[in-house]
Amino acid sequence: MPEPTVILDALAIQRSLTRIAHEIAERNEHHDQVVLIGIPVGGDHLAARLAKILAGIWKHEVPFGILDTTMHRDDLNERMAPTVHPTDIPFDVNGKTVVLVDDVLFSGRTTRAAMDALNDFGRPRRIQLAVLVDRGHRDLPIKADFVGKNVPTALDEKISLLLTEAGAPEDAVILKKNAGG
Amino acid sequence: MSWTKKHLLDIESLTADEIVMVLDTARSLKAVGKRAIKKVPALRGKTVVNLFVEPSTRTRTSFELAAIRLSADVINFSAEASSFKKGETLKDTARNLEALNADFIVIRHSASGAPHFLSRVLDAHVINAGDGAHEHPTQAFLDAFTIREKKGKIAGLNVTILGDILYSRVARSDIWALTKLGAKVTLCGPATLVPKTFEQMGCRVTYDVDEAIRDADIINLLRIQHERQRKTMFPSIGEYSSLYGLTKARLARAKPDALIMHPGPINRGVEIDSEIADCGRSVILEQVTNGLAVRMAVLFLINGGTAARELAASQTIETASH
Repeated sequence: MPEPTVILDALAIQRSLTRIAHEIAERNEHHDQVVLIGIPVGGDHLAARLAKILAGIWKHEVPFGILDTTMHRDDLNERMAPTVHPTDIPFDVNGKTVVLVDDVLFSGRTTRAAMDALNDFGRPRRIQLAVLVDRGHRDLPIKADFVGKNVPTALDEKISLLLTEAGAPEDAVILKKNAGG
Repeated sequence: MSWTKKHLLDIESLTADEIVMVLDTARSLKAVGKRAIKKVPALRGKTVVNLFVEPSTRTRTSFELAAIRLSADVINFSAEASSFKKGETLKDTARNLEALNADFIVIRHSASGAPHFLSRVLDAHVINAGDGAHEHPTQAFLDAFTIREKKGKIAGLNVTILGDILYSRVARSDIWALTKLGAKVTLCGPATLVPKTFEQMGCRVTYDVDEAIRDADIINLLRIQHERQRKTMFPSIGEYSSLYGLTKARLARAKPDALIMHPGPINRGVEIDSEIADCGRSVILEQVTNGLAVRMAVLFLINGGTAARELAASQTIETASH
């Protein structure tokens, strides 16, 4: 099996997040209405990091939460039960600008599930999507508003985000080919 | 690691990892009940049949609500208002329900092994909600969940189960689950209701209540099962409660942070003094909330297992035929 390639190292990830935060700030004039909601696994830590950077830009706390999308997946009947992570949204989403945060945008199905799951919590004023990596191959008409890096990939490749918050020795976005195809 | 079992028939056949998987899933699903919209679409379009041949209100309601919160459709089928009275066999009843395309059959029956029997004759998923004196798997899950949530762990804890063990499926399932997860289990009660043979399950039996609860982190009380006893196992209720009931005085001799559990319904003044049942160290009501979460977890996990198992099985057949 070939060695994984590092697409983004720790510094590149940090620069991407900083730029994404500034783009979020640029796009959203009403910054007191912005909340971040991260999709586990990976998006939750990214949302926390973005909230911190945005707080530095806007000079106020930016609420962030975690939204697990497992219950709203469209493939539950076709696969073994996936791991369900806790959801924690300690604020009202009604009328807010919700920025969903995910690590990798691929088919778009996770984003669709996230929007359905979010719907059960209230009615945001608008939803925007921030991703660290867009790897193409959309199955649904979904696009990201903020992208760290566009990485064209083949279907038999896999992109993973490693974060120190999750126990990795250092941050990295890696790409590897699936063994056996 | 994923859940691969098609049915939930007992705790005895589960690994510790599988039990932990249920607890972890339940932890994430517990929050659904606190939201404004207490529903997720995971089991949308699935049909869950509660086949409660032995009556129950709390377990049946808990399974019903768990299925509803996962967006499944629920049918309740109880023995009294059904064709069991006309002499229809269990197998025929279940087959009739399956002909209505039931996806899940949740069964409570007075005969041990009834769920296992159904799993052999039906295509639907079978979930054991209590079979005779054999097992009550979801009760063990919710008890383990409650202990883990309150104490942060299960391994190494001292859990004392006090009361009618002999006729208790809750006791058996609890003993399996807690010993697999590394707890030290002590059983206590009248000698007529707590045979020494239970030590073969990996727990300790004692007839000295104070000794049993002295070092306990958890005191799990079981009620006297009037309906399951064939003959009187102790002279009187009064004697039982004075010798084996958890009184305020007895509780004062236990560890200050010991918690009180009970599967319900409680007999106030028999196995537990009325005022302790409601004290801060009693987690009896939390057990009910946790019961809902673990039953949601079980339904969710079992729903996913089969499809992948069948897929894996069909792939094996494909590769074998090359």
